[in-house]
Parts: sequence; C-alpha cells; structure tokens
Amino acid sequence: MDISIIIGGEAGAGVMRSGYILARALVRGGLSVFGTNDYPSLIRGGHNAYMIHASDKRIHAHRENFDIVVALNAETITRYVDQLTENAAIIYDPKDRSYAEKLSDKALLVEIPMMDIVKEEKAKPVMMNSVAIGAAAGLTEYDYEILKSSILDSFPKPEVGEINARLAKRGYDIALEEYSSKFKIKVAPLEKDGKQIYLTGNEAVALGAMQAGMKFYAAYPMTPASPILHFLALHGPKYGIVVVQPESEIAAINMVIGAAYAGVRAMTATSGGGFSLMTEALGLAAMSETPIVVAIAQRVGPSTGMPTYTAQTDLMFVLNASQGEFPRFVIAPGDVKECFYRTIEAFNLAEKFQVPAIILIDKYLAESHMSTEIFDTSNIKIDRGELITGEYKGKEYRRYEVTETGVSPRAIPSTRNAIVKANSSEHTEYGYASSNALNAVKMQEKRFRKLKYMIMEMDKLNPAIYYGDPQAELVLIGWGSIKCPVLDALEILKSMDISVGFLHFIYLSPFPVKYALKYLKDRKIMLVENTYTGQLANLLKMHTGLTVDYKVLRYDGRPINPSQIVEKVFEVIR
Amino acid sequence: MVTMNQLNTKARNTWCPGCGNFAILTALKKAIVELDLKPENVVVVTGIGCHGKLGDYINVNSFHVIHGRVLPVASAIKLANYELTVIGHAGDGDAYAIGLGHLPHAARRNVDIVYIVHNNMTFGLTTGQVTPTTPRGLKTRSTPYGVFEDPINPIALALACDATFVARGFAGDLNHLTYLIKEAIKHRGFAFIDVLQPCVTFYNTYQFFRERTYRLEDEGWDPTNKVEAFKKAYEWGDRIPIGIFYRIEKPTFRDSIPGYPKQPLVKEDLKIDLTDLLNLLT
Repeated sequence: MDISIIIGGEAGAGVMRSGYILARALVRGGLSVFGTNDYPSLIRGGHNAYMIHASDKRIHAHRENFDIVVALNAETITRYVDQLTENAAIIYDPKDRSYAEKLSDKALLVEIPMMDIVKEEKAKPVMMNSVAIGAAAGLTEYDYEILKSSILDSFPKPEVGEINARLAKRGYDIALEEYSSKFKIKVAPLEKDGKQIYLTGNEAVALGAMQAGMKFYAAYPMTPASPILHFLALHGPKYGIVVVQPESEIAAINMVIGAAYAGVRAMTATSGGGFSLMTEALGLAAMSETPIVVAIAQRVGPSTGMPTYTAQTDLMFVLNASQGEFPRFVIAPGDVKECFYRTIEAFNLAEKFQVPAIILIDKYLAESHMSTEIFDTSNIKIDRGELITGEYKGKEYRRYEVTETGVSPRAIPSTRNAIVKANSSEHTEYGYASSNALNAVKMQEKRFRKLKYMIMEMDKLNPAIYYGDPQAELVLIGWGSIKCPVLDALEILKSMDISVGFLHFIYLSPFPVKYALKYLKDRKIMLVENTYTGQLANLLKMHTGLTVDYKVLRYDGRPINPSQIVEKVFEVIR
Repeated sequence: MVTMNQLNTKARNTWCPGCGNFAILTALKKAIVELDLKPENVVVVTGIGCHGKLGDYINVNSFHVIHGRVLPVASAIKLANYELTVIGHAGDGDAYAIGLGHLPHAARRNVDIVYIVHNNMTFGLTTGQVTPTTPRGLKTRSTPYGVFEDPINPIALALACDATFVARGFAGDLNHLTYLIKEAIKHRGFAFIDVLQPCVTFYNTYQFFRERTYRLEDEGWDPTNKVEAFKKAYEWGDRIPIGIFYRIEKPTFRDSIPGYPKQPLVKEDLKIDLTDLLNLLT
C-alpha cells in the first residue's frame, strides 16, 4: 500500500492543520508517513496545500502525484489535474460541482456536502476541513477510531475536538458507504511494535537542543526557522529554558554568545537573511572561542527571495561566513531523526572544541513532518569538554592557554581563582589585546590546531553515510534533506533492478575527505542539490580533486522529487 | 576584601595621558572596592573604541566584544548567571550610532545590568570622526566643513526608553562618578550612565565641562519625577547637570521571564527527561 493525498484550500482554511491531523491518524496506525506543505508568504487568500505520502513500507519523501485530492475550494480541484494518478479521486463540496464535472474522466468524483453538514451541526465554516479529512479516511476504509483519536488529541479544547470528530464521522460515513467500493486503494493500520512520533525538522532540532541541555535560546522570527522559536517558547519554560525574542538577529546571536561565555548551552536559529546579519558575531564566537550553536533553515534567495520555499543555496555562504579564517562545524542532518541526534552532537562538539557549530537545514526538512520511531533518550551523552566551574586548581588562569590540542581550559565567570578574559581582538594567552606578530602566529596556530582533532572526532561520527549498492558504478551525492527524495528514488530504481549508490554528506565542515575518497574514487558521480550552481560539486573538487559527472539541480523553490532523480539516472545509464 | 592594587593587571595601558578613560576606570575600581565585590563575580563587557580596552586594565572577568553589541552580550550574561555583577561599557559610537537599536530594548526589559557610556563626542580610536553626540558645527576628519547634524540627547533618550536609572557623570569629577557607579550597581534594573568624557587628543572638553557642570545632588534634586527629569535633560548651556536624573524600581527582566528556574541557569542540570513532550508528538 502506498498512497499520496493532497489537501488544498485558501490560506486561512485550516489546510495545514487538517492535513496534519489526517497524517497523524496514519502515523498512529503504524504507517510510514511524510507530510509537507506548500504555501505562499501571506496570511489570507493565497493557495495552501498539505501533501501526505503514506506507505506500509518505509518512505522518506513526498510523492509528486496524488491518489486523493481533498479540495476545500474550487481552485484545488483543477490545480492538480496533471498530477493525478490513474485511479485518483477528488473530494469536493457540491458548490464546486461545475469544476469537478469536467474531470469525470480523470478521477472518481467524491461529492460530500461539507458546507451543509457544517451548517447542520452548527459548526464554524472553517470546520468543513474536518468533514473533508473524514471523507478521505472513509474512502480508503481506514479505521475511524484512529482518526478520531488524532482529532481529539490535536485540539487543546475537548469540546472543539468533539465537534470536529463528529464532523469527520459524517464525511467518513458518506465516503465509506457511497464511494469506497469504487476506490482501489485501501489503507489499514499495521501491527507494529513501538510508538511512532510525527514531527518536523524544526521540532526535532528544538527537541535535540533541549535534550542537549540548552538553557538559553534567543531568536528573531524568520521563516522557515520561526517554528523552532514557537516550540521552545511553548515548551521551554517547563524545563527551565529561557526563551527570548530580541530586537534583531544581531541581538539574538550576541545574546547567545553572552550566555555561552557565562557557561550555559545556548542556541539561536534563523534563515539566510538573518544569518547574514549574524556573520560578524559568528566571528566573535570564533575569536573569543565561545561555543555556540546556530541553526539555519534555508529558503530561496537572494535577498527576500521566496520566503516559504526551499533551497540549499547557502552552503558556501555558511562555510565561509565572517571575516578571517577559523575552524567551524557545519552539520546538515537529512531527516528528523538526524535533526534530533545531530543537534545534540553539535552542542557537544561546540563545547569540546570551543568553536561555533552550525546546523544547516532547509525549508523542506524544517517544515515537513516525518514519522519516526520515538527517540531513544536513554544513552544521550553530554560532553562539555574542558569546562571548569567551581574553582580553578592551577596557578594562574589563562583563558587562551596554548595547548597541544589548541583547546584551552574554559573557566566561566564566578570560578574561584580564575579571572576570565574573553576578547574579540587578537589576544595573548591571558586574553589581553595584542597585535604582536609572534603572538598572532601563536594564537592563529593554536586555534587551527583544533582542526586536526575536530576531523579525528568527526571521522568517528559517521560524517557521511553510504546507502545502496556498495559496488555501484554510479554514486549519487547530496547533503542535508536531499537524503529524503534520494532514498525513495533508490527504492524505485531497485524495483527496476537498477543499482546505484548514494553518499549522504552530513558534515560539510570539516569536510569528510576520507569518506568522500573511499566511496567516490573511480566512480561516476551524480550530484543532487536544490541549487543553481551545484555547490557540493565545487566543495568536493576543492577538497578531493574529484569531479562530478552529472547534476540533478532544482532552483524553483520546490523540493526535488524522487521521480526527477529516477529520470536522470535513466538518462545517464542508457 | 579586594584592594585597588589587586584590581590592576599586567597589561600595558595605551590610553593617551590625561584621557578621560582613566577616571572612569578608577571610579569603577573604587566602586568595586567600596561595595566589596569579589572580582570573580564581576563581569565587564566592553565595545569597540578606546574605552574597549578597559577590560584589559581591570582584574575582573571581561569580554571585549564587537562594535555596538555590548548590551545583548551583557544582558545574556546576567540572564545566564544573575549572581554576577554585569557592567557594560560602550563608547558613544557603540551606544548611540551602530548599537543604538539595542538601548530601548535593554531598557524596557529592565535587564539588571549597568551601562556606562564613555561619551567623548568623537571617534577617538579611528582618529577623530563625527559621532552622534558631536556638537553641530564642529570640524572633524569626516566633517571638514563642520558637523551638519544635530546631536543626540542621551539623557532624554534613555528616559524615553523607560530606563529605570538614568544618570550623567563627568570624567573630571571622580568622586561623583564613583558615587554614580556604586548607585548604578546597587540599582536593581537597567542603570544607564552617560559619562562626559574629554578626549585630550581629538576633542578636549575638560575646561568646557568643568566650568559648566554642577551636581544635581547638591541642589536637592528629586529623581522620582519623570516629567521633571525630561525637562532637566534639556538643560545644556551655561549650566550642565550631572547626577541621577531619574530612578524607579520595577520588576527586572528575569523576574518577568516565564519559567526562569529557582537558581541561575548556569547551575541547572543539563539532563532533562523529554518523555512527556515526545509523547505529545505521537
């Protein structure tokens, strides 16, 4: 069983919410579910859509065609005509019948009197979306009780949940009785051990930060990173986490640096524009060797670009941001599970090496929901590196003491027998400003001595992961959320007896040279990336001399479809 | 108890002889000694400019940050560990030009820190350009035909930002400045001090201010009336008031933050149990 459903309507019609509720019902039935949204940057009147891809096998991405179109308005009915599968159905209200009738040869027309039902039940017009998702569940003969549990748990007020459940049941019954016999795809819950959770990349990053012991979060709203702020503002206070929305991204990162200097784990998150404002302070974190974590959810640029659409175009920017040279971690998780665990890793690495660590995701991963097994938090390790609290036992404390690894013992203010002098100017071991030439060499070499140890540490952390046929002649490469469509493409190709490999880069800085050489040498390489220029190809060449042979690129703000990758592989191997 | 000598450091001082920064540094040290603060519990955050080197010259924790960003860094240090005494130092370029955007917010949040602006009305370290407080008409390296903008009024500005402690000091009146810094440290909330600071190299105002400044305290000034404080803020001519224009008690930022723990953040256990939260996502 594999099904793809799109729910569409005007902005303000509760498209995302109802899509989420239906998807959550499928997750509770043990299915593998991926849900993603498509919306413009406005509050009312534009077209919103939520796409659900669900399967009884493990899936990782959206599907570009649809088995069910749930149309909350007339526009939705006609908008996806070219993306209907052979046995598709369209769920719509009688008021939009004239649009639907034109498609009677392309899809099963499932007419549900949503507006009438809402009136009969004395509910608000917006609640027609509950009738609609009920109908979608009924059409596939899914278990209503599971849908009901999802609805009830998704509304804070029980009475609102009840009425929505009742509306869903009305839609469910009509679809089940009058239409389900004519619709081929049946969805049934699976018998499965263990609970699944359904969450976005943003939520997973926020949870990872909480689990890592972050105590201070400051961020300025910017799509698509704002949901991290919302999640932490809502849940943080229960866990003793201070969440602040300051006056700008500049204030946010400088606050994070202040909090980290004082000894707490701290993070900010933003998108490319906000990070542009943060770049000067990123250098402050590097020069003062203050460990901070910055999460960046990319969107389409340059400038304001398309705020609610996806891109991977900030890779080179993030790798090189801020003046001067300094080592940094840039980590790009590929799915929600990696968002959680790699964020924890980022906090540990930032403190262990006293460098900035950047989590680099994009709108597609940040705002898409994925089902995954509930996170195992029993073995989380927190490593604060050379942190000194309480009392410094040495003779005379030097914040920037030159050591073998380049990492200096890090006391925090209030440590007895230690005065902690941090400095944005080049400085001596004590932290006093100095422009002495010999001192400058000593300190720059100290900071860069860390790099060797950062690479050694990274190499132990699966910085790049290989999927698929180990002997494949053709190896796809990509980073971050590209993992999602590529893994689904690999499955499609496998079913056609075409074997390729995929090397997924999670670390971009330091660059996992050993892994790249091991898996890519003497192979044909195909880059998959949401950019115009193919940035990873340049990075790969710079670090290894290897050249990318083929590219699958997309820069219209939409995520790369698995089928787009499959087509390109086809083209190449012929 | 720490002594003045123990607050000295080994760093070589590079301020010009006679620089107003010396008086501000000495006043700060005296305030720390007289209030009996432990050096390890004091943090000085400095911006960019001549004043920025102050951290090198005082044996307490210090963070020399980037231009204009003293307030966000200092605010978060205080939030992370409210047991620390956090004192931000900024130049007039830091505070009123590039970093002005932070002032209203630190003030309205009432972050419990001290903010001392070394207001010498010139960019000293970059060799004498105009700043937002340079008087109209003055010839500087970037305004060779004279300044053609009106200066900012820092006291009126801080009052408008709802700072809960607003004062002006003069680097030529050490005892009074020491008094102001002590009061500012004792104040629970955002304490703003604009210090008239002569720059002996690019804009020497010692004599100008000596002839004109007078202490508000000597005239029985009531610092609880905001409207009167505003009027006083515009007194600038033959007589220039120094002292505490306005002070009021209000809840601090930390008092207002939902869920701030019962101890400083820095003392909190990093391990938390997320089971309940994860279950909400099933």
